[in-house]
Amino acid sequence: MTQYLLSVVTPSAGAEPPSPEQLEAIMARVGQLQTDMRTAGVWVFSGGLEAPSTATVLRPSGDEVLLADGPFAEGKEYLGGFTVVDVPDLDAALDWGRRTVAAIGLPIEVRPFSW
Amino acid sequence: MSPLEEVFREVHGRAVAVLARQLGDLDLAEEAVAEAYAAAAATWPDRGVPPSPAGWVITTARNRAVDRLRREAVGAAKLAEGARLAGEPEVVEVGAVRDDQLRLLFTCCHPALALQARVALTLRLVGGLTTAEIARAFLVPEPTMAARITRAKHKIARARIPYRVPEDADLPQRLASVLAVVHLVGTEAHSPATGDAGVRDDLLADAVRLARLLVELVPDEPETRGLLALLLLTAARRPARVDDGGLVPLDRQDRTRWDRALVAEGQALVRACLRVGRPGPYQVQAAIAAVHADAPTWAATDWSQVVALYDQLPPTPVVLLNRAVAVAELDSPSVGLALVDRLELDASPVLHAVRADLLRRLGRVEEARAAYDAALARTRNTAEQADLRRRRAALPGGPPG
Repeated sequence: MTQYLLSVVTPSAGAEPPSPEQLEAIMARVGQLQTDMRTAGVWVFSGGLEAPSTATVLRPSGDEVLLADGPFAEGKEYLGGFTVVDVPDLDAALDWGRRTVAAIGLPIEVRPFSW
Repeated sequence: MSPLEEVFREVHGRAVAVLARQLGDLDLAEEAVAEAYAAAAATWPDRGVPPSPAGWVITTARNRAVDRLRREAVGAAKLAEGARLAGEPEVVEVGAVRDDQLRLLFTCCHPALALQARVALTLRLVGGLTTAEIARAFLVPEPTMAARITRAKHKIARARIPYRVPEDADLPQRLASVLAVVHLVGTEAHSPATGDAGVRDDLLADAVRLARLLVELVPDEPETRGLLALLLLTAARRPARVDDGGLVPLDRQDRTRWDRALVAEGQALVRACLRVGRPGPYQVQAAIAAVHADAPTWAATDWSQVVALYDQLPPTPVVLLNRAVAVAELDSPSVGLALVDRLELDASPVLHAVRADLLRRLGRVEEARAAYDAALARTRNTAEQADLRRRRAALPGGPPG
């Protein structure tokens, strides 16, 4: 079995954020998908992240660690949330990825863990 | 190609396919097959080619892989793997080999790989071409092609792209990806985007070989036959397609030079597809090629049939351009031109060449000259450029270009 990270590729700007009703529907579908993943025995962990503006970056600097406000990179997209699944191969991971796309309506990056 | 190289290319896909399953590792399979070739090159010239070259290569490669696993064994798991492999049956059944070849094809053409990577991997692993040959075929430096193949194999291993035939539900979509790869090899062979060759004969032969393999492996899918028919009917025009280093477009080809055997085989496949009655884009394109092959001349072509067939294809800009050419013949050049001018395909040299020809026939010579120039500026293939210059120089009045 291999673990895969399913990342939710969330647009930073330009795209209209979902309305409260839409968000509720999305969360209901995500909840159902997570139940399905648990039932199938593939779910490891998942979570949604706060906006990148809430991030703090820690950088090594000699013996010290410096703090910086904001995300490590400003991009057109950011990591909005993720799920880790444990499945036999990429085809199985892609199947769960497809279902995640259907639930959230955003692009999903599927990437294997190396350890 | 030497006779030995020809045998290697012939058995390569089968040998790698069987060993990749047995070894569970594409790289190891390829290396073992390469070692078997080296052994063959050392012994076959003296002792002669064995009755079953593929069987010999597979057995030898497997023995080498077992030796290597034992040599490099650092743990019980690898030793056990070596022992298990040593116990694999010597003779591999024909049906099992077909399954292995299908697995290899579907793995090489997995949609999680970029199209270019799929093409390179398929030619390398299934087609048995060397990296240098593939690099030459697609006019990229050999290190670039080697990196592309290495990266794709790395992704297959690390992301665990499975080595298996897709389930029935996924099969149509996955087969479409395989067909697209073989079609792209054929297109690049017949109409190279760059370089000085009008047609790349080796690559065209490779595309036909891959399409034949697909028909053998997936006989129930009419699109595989459609693709083979399309490639055969395209290859049949080869003897008439290049003249004095310039490309000769279909309308001016000497059809007596077409390969009648390939035409006959392609047309028989098209008829067989029609009987099945499950049309698809490759079958329709093959049917169009078959209508052309039926016509003794460009003028005598059944254009209403051609237009009706184009109407069955998804209306991509390229399809609409070819349809406009047929409409120009069926109806008039001005009707065809009106259709061409609606297309957003400015980057295509073919669009400007078609416009130029239609403008010439309408007597709009200066506009035709400008359109030939636009076409010339958009192609990097020197054989195509030579043809365009010939056509521009043939325009009435004005200095030759």
